[in-house]
Parts: sequence; structure tokens; C-alpha cells
Amino acid sequence: MEFQDPAFLSRILTLLTLSFHILYATIGVGVPLMIMIAQWVGIKKKDDHYILLARRWARGFVITVAVGVVTGTAIGLQLSLLWPNFMQLAGNVIALPLFMEVFAFFFEAIFLGIYLYTWDRFEDQRKHFLLLIPVALGAAASSVFITIVNAFMNQPQGFEILNGEMVNVSPLLAMFSPAVPTKVAHVMATAFMTSAFVLASIAALRMLGGSNHIYHKKALFLTMKLGLVFAIATALIGDFSGKYLAEYQPEKLAAAEWHFETEEDAGLVMFGILDGEEVKYAIRIPYALSILAHSNPFAEVTGLNEFPEDERPPLWIHYLFDTMVTIGMWLAFFSFVYVVAAFRNWSFIRTRWFRWLTVAGGPLALIAIEAGWWFTEVGRQPWILRGHMRVSEGATTSGNVDLMIVLFAGLYIILGIGTAVVLTRMYKRNPVEKELAARENAKGGEEE
Amino acid sequence: MTLEIVGISVLWLFLYLYVIVASIDFGAGFFNAYSSFVGKQHILTGVIQRYLSPVWEVTNVFFVFFFVGIIGFFPQTAFYYGTTLLVPASLALILLAIRGSYYAFATYGAKINHRGYIYMYGLSGLLLPAALSPVLAMSEGGFIQMENGQPYLDYWALFTSPLMWSIVVLSLTAVLYISAVFLTWYSSKAGDAKATDLMRKYALVWAAPAIITATGIIYELRGHNPEHFARILDLWWVFAVSFLLFAGTVYLIWKKRHYGWAFILLMGQFFTAFFAYGASHYPYLLYPYLTIYDSFTNESMAIALIIAFIAGLCLLLPSLYLLFRLFLFDKDYIEGKSDYHA
Repeated sequence: MEFQDPAFLSRILTLLTLSFHILYATIGVGVPLMIMIAQWVGIKKKDDHYILLARRWARGFVITVAVGVVTGTAIGLQLSLLWPNFMQLAGNVIALPLFMEVFAFFFEAIFLGIYLYTWDRFEDQRKHFLLLIPVALGAAASSVFITIVNAFMNQPQGFEILNGEMVNVSPLLAMFSPAVPTKVAHVMATAFMTSAFVLASIAALRMLGGSNHIYHKKALFLTMKLGLVFAIATALIGDFSGKYLAEYQPEKLAAAEWHFETEEDAGLVMFGILDGEEVKYAIRIPYALSILAHSNPFAEVTGLNEFPEDERPPLWIHYLFDTMVTIGMWLAFFSFVYVVAAFRNWSFIRTRWFRWLTVAGGPLALIAIEAGWWFTEVGRQPWILRGHMRVSEGATTSGNVDLMIVLFAGLYIILGIGTAVVLTRMYKRNPVEKELAARENAKGGEEE
Repeated sequence: MTLEIVGISVLWLFLYLYVIVASIDFGAGFFNAYSSFVGKQHILTGVIQRYLSPVWEVTNVFFVFFFVGIIGFFPQTAFYYGTTLLVPASLALILLAIRGSYYAFATYGAKINHRGYIYMYGLSGLLLPAALSPVLAMSEGGFIQMENGQPYLDYWALFTSPLMWSIVVLSLTAVLYISAVFLTWYSSKAGDAKATDLMRKYALVWAAPAIITATGIIYELRGHNPEHFARILDLWWVFAVSFLLFAGTVYLIWKKRHYGWAFILLMGQFFTAFFAYGASHYPYLLYPYLTIYDSFTNESMAIALIIAFIAGLCLLLPSLYLLFRLFLFDKDYIEGKSDYHA
């Protein structure tokens, strides 16, 4: 029975923790860069609005970071609690980036504490700005190291297996598996993109709420521009990821694309349903899969039937892939339209329906993040360490995982609601108009 | 010095640092909740906001460092401890979440300062050491058994063990004692006479229980793990030094003098005792299954980890210095004369 199988239950709990943590982690990696850019623009243009923008983002950011720290600690420990056999084996080879991640996070946590508690402590804004650089670097480095571990699980290297033990270990070789470049780039670009669209959502929501202050317009325009840049970067990197998959994990790409028979001139299947091996009601883009996989419309793409049945990922990852790609494409298109329209001063971007579409951008980007991680994790099945260890072999044998699922589910619900309540309350009590007025008064007082 | 010794020493040092900084954090929350309960409200709230809020994430990293590091240097610990600690470690995670969310939700920005939350935050500070410290008892052997080649935790044996309970009680008294001594110093630096007075009283109250329970554990070990007990006796002089340092702290606190030195002596007391305990535990990570030698990672990984550690320290030490200079040694900040929160 599946529901008593510790391996199955461990997967559920890991899925739960990661799905929750990734929202905070993505914001945690992306937002520091946004704050940095806003503060920099503010210093350069001597525009107080951008400085205040950075400051208000930082206030919200610290709350998401705190929850991210908590859930990050949870997943860090759960790796060993739920997958002890995997960690015992993999710890021999991939412990280095995990260890380095702790240092990166250490670095980030220290400077975040300093940055937050030293607003206006320096005469020169630029000094305070400098404190943010280690925060952004630490956050980025953490995500790089963790993604390296994930890349290793997808494409392990840097060791040989002899009698069930890992020998001839090269920690550096293990860190730089072929999966690293595309994975790391994709994670970073999407984190920046998602953070930009989430912040744009907030600005648009304030404007829909009746606030017509120029502050929000500046915020919206800045974040949409950044969103566009990183959406384009994401699309380009996505193309490289397709080529990586075709080369190293063809079964994942084939399952995502419902591509059963190895063939040339392969088309890309979007949506649709599956009847046996027959794809129905799908949109088929001719030659697109061959282009995605090999940059050549006539190239041969390996089909799923080349792989033994018990080594194929589940076919429903197709929908995860479609969700991720569709949202990514939509956001790139949408932000492009916005930025062009803003330069041309077209008025439709100031209509309510367009604002609502902007509001939807943030949640959509977060959904794409979830879909992307589910896709890459489920798409690796049945392996926990591709080609070497199956998920069922890596799991704990403890019989208490079910209880822990209930416990952590409750925790995440409370944390999720708490974050939402605290953030809305914080900004509602201190709207930007009020804060700007208070700052004007303070300045007036100094000049007298 | 072998790589194994370097590895375990580094980890033990970070665990020691975690014990100190986490005790300050845990105890402060408890004292805060307690004073709120008996009506001496908000004497400590300022201290908690000024010192703990900026540094709690750093405190937490010491803990993460330890468990990531031990898996790195000694991957086999994942198999033994990972499997058996699922329940206690998960509970500890939930408690850590309560504390983290208190800082996030109650002290940054929005200030949900519901009394129930303050109590939960305070109580979690006591429950956490109680959830984490049984691992030390488990490492003494007799509680983790093997069945079909898989380890499992014998809860009945653990919960009926006097050794486990004395370790739990020690962790509680130590948390309160360490925290009280630190906060006496911090509030005296802040020029807050009321808080200093209160914390000094707590420090004196918890001094005796802390030293008595510590001695009790050594006694319990005699019955539970004679091998370990014998090795402790070999190191009796280190424990004697530790006791002298303890006496020094209590004397200074009693005489209301040099609170800073009192805290430094306390750090020395715990350092000597902690390392003597660790050394007497050598070479076992888990009696009788696991030693630091047979669970050690391969040589190339060990060297890579040590290089990464040294590089990391070069980055961390200056940053930590900056952090402490701003929040621990900056007079204006401690006294609350300046508030620069975002």
C-alpha cells in the first residue's frame, strides 16, 4: 500500500517543503537585486522616490527572508531525515557545495542584518548601498550552490562505484556536471524575472486601489522593464536547457513532449490529452522539437520508447512543462507590450483591465516556478541520483513520516497565512503617501 | 593531527558557538515571556529587539553549519542519525519555525504582539533544547538499535533513561544561566539598571542548578557508559578548570563587578567543559556503531571541505566582527539612542 510506504511518504513531505520553500527562496534570490537597482537609480537620479522604493521593498523582503530561513533549515535537515541512504552515498561526493552554501548564506544573513538596521546611519547613501552587495551576492551564491547539488542529482559525475561505495571521488568534477550551466542560469534568471513581476503586481494593485501617486508609476515601469529583460534571458536559457536535456537526459525531454518514437523533423506538442500513445487535441508546432533539441529542424530526436519502461518519467510532466513555458512566453510578451506602450505613451496600459493583467503577472510567475521545479524533479523519476540510485532506495525506513506530513503541512499553512497578513497589514498601516509626507515634513524641519 | 580530528574539531567548535549564541536567544525569549506573565512587562523587550532581531538568522546558521558539516565530513551519520531522529528533529524544526516567525511577524514591521505569541516564543526557547539535547544521550549508545540492518530509536528506553532526563535538565538550566549572564552584561552596557538588576538575579538563581545538573550527568554516565565515564575521569583536571571559571563568573556577578569579564569566564567554562566532554567521547560518534574513523568521508572530499572552511572563515570573521561592532559594541545603538531600522 502506497500510503504506508516510507519512500512515497518521504516524497510527499519533500514535495510539500520544497514547494513552499521555493516561493520564499525565489523572492529571496531575486528581490535583493531589485532593491539594489532601485537604490542605485535613486542615488544616481537623486530621486527620493526610488530610495524609498528600495526601503519599502527591503521591509517586506526581510519578512519573506525570515520565513525562507525557517523553511530552508527544514529542507536542509529533511534531506538527511527523509533520505538518509541517499545522503550517506551522495554526501561522499556532493557535500562540498552544500557546505559552501552554508557559508554563502552566513554571509548574506550577516549583511542583511547590518543593511536593515543601518538605514540613514551613514551620511553617504552610497555606503549603505555597498552593504547590499554582499546580501545580493550571498543570496545568488546560495542558489548557485544548491542548484549545483540538484544538477548533480540529474547528471552525477566525479566518482566511480565499487561494491556499493563511491571511490575515486573528485569533489570539483562532481560540482561541475554538464547540467550546471543551464540549470544555474535558468534558476537565476527566473528568480530575477519572478521577483520583478511580483513587485510589479504590487505596484499595479496599489494603482487599482486608487492611489495615483507617481511613486507607483515609477515602481511599475522599473519592474516591468526588469521583468522584460529577465524574461527574454529566461527564454534564451530555456532553449539551451532543451539542448542539454536532449544530450544528457533525453528521457526527460521525451516524456515532457510525449515523443515516443525516435524520429527526424520532430514537432513540438503543446497541451492535448493522451490516449495510449496517441496524442489528441494538441497544438503541434512542426519541427519545433528538433529545433529545441538540436538547433536543426530536421534533426533526429530520441523517443521515449528507447528507454526501459521502469526508467521512464511519468507522462503527466508534459502539463508541467507546458504550464512553465506558456507562462514564461506570456510574461515576456506582456512586458514587451507594456514597455513599448509606455515609451510610445499609448493609453491602453492605464486601463483597469490591463492593470489587472499586470497584477496577475506575479502569481503567474510563481506558478511557473512551481511548475518548473515539479517538472525537473518528477522528470528525474524513478531516480534520486540518475543512473545510480532509485528514489525508493534512498528513502528512510522510519514509520513516522505520515505524522510529520500533517505537522509540517500545518506549519506551512500558518506561515503562509502569517506572511500574507503581516505584509498587507504592514503596508496598509503605512501607505507610501503617508511616509512621503512625513519625510517632507522632516526635511522641512531641518531646513528651517 | 589527522583529517578526522580536524573535521570533528571544526564541527565541535561550531556546535559550541551555537550552544552559546542559541542559549542567549532561547533564554532571552523565555525571560521575556516570564516577565510578561508576572507583570514586569517590557523590561526585556527592548533588549530583545535591539540585539536578537538583527542576529537571530546568524545564530540559526551555526546550527545549519553543524548538521550540514557533519554529513559532509561523516556521511554515515546520515544513515544512523537521519533515520532515527526524524521525529525529534522535526519537532525541533517546528519550534525553530515558531521562533523565526516571531522575529518575522512580531518584531519586524507589523508587530503582532499578541500575548499568546510571546508565550509561545518564550516556551519554544525551553522546548528546543529539550528536543535537541537528547541526541547527546542517544550518542552514548543503548537507545539506537539495529533491526534488519536498519537503525531505529528505542523510545521507551530513551524516555525512561535518567541519563536522558539529566541531559535535558542540564540543557534547560544552562540555557537560562548563559542567557542571564549575557543579558546582565548587555543591559548594564545599555545603562538599563532595572533590566540589569533583574537579569543579575536570574543569573544567580540559575547558577547552582546548572552546575549541579552538569555534575549529575557525569554520575549518570558511570552506570550507562563506563567506558566514557573512565575517559572523563582521565580528563578531570579540565573539568576542574571549568569549575574554577564557573566560580569566577558567579563571584563577579555576585559582587556586581565586571559583567563583561563574567561573561567571558562563562564562555571559558563552557568551552573547557564542552571540549573535555567531546574529547572523552572520542573516537565514537555513536556508541558502539560509529567512530569518526569508520564514518569518515574520502580524503579528497575532506581536504576540499577544509579548504572551503578556511576560505569561508576568511570571509566570515571580518563580517562577524562588523556585525558585533555595530550591534554589540556600539554604545549609541545598545542604549537605544539611534534607530535605523528600514
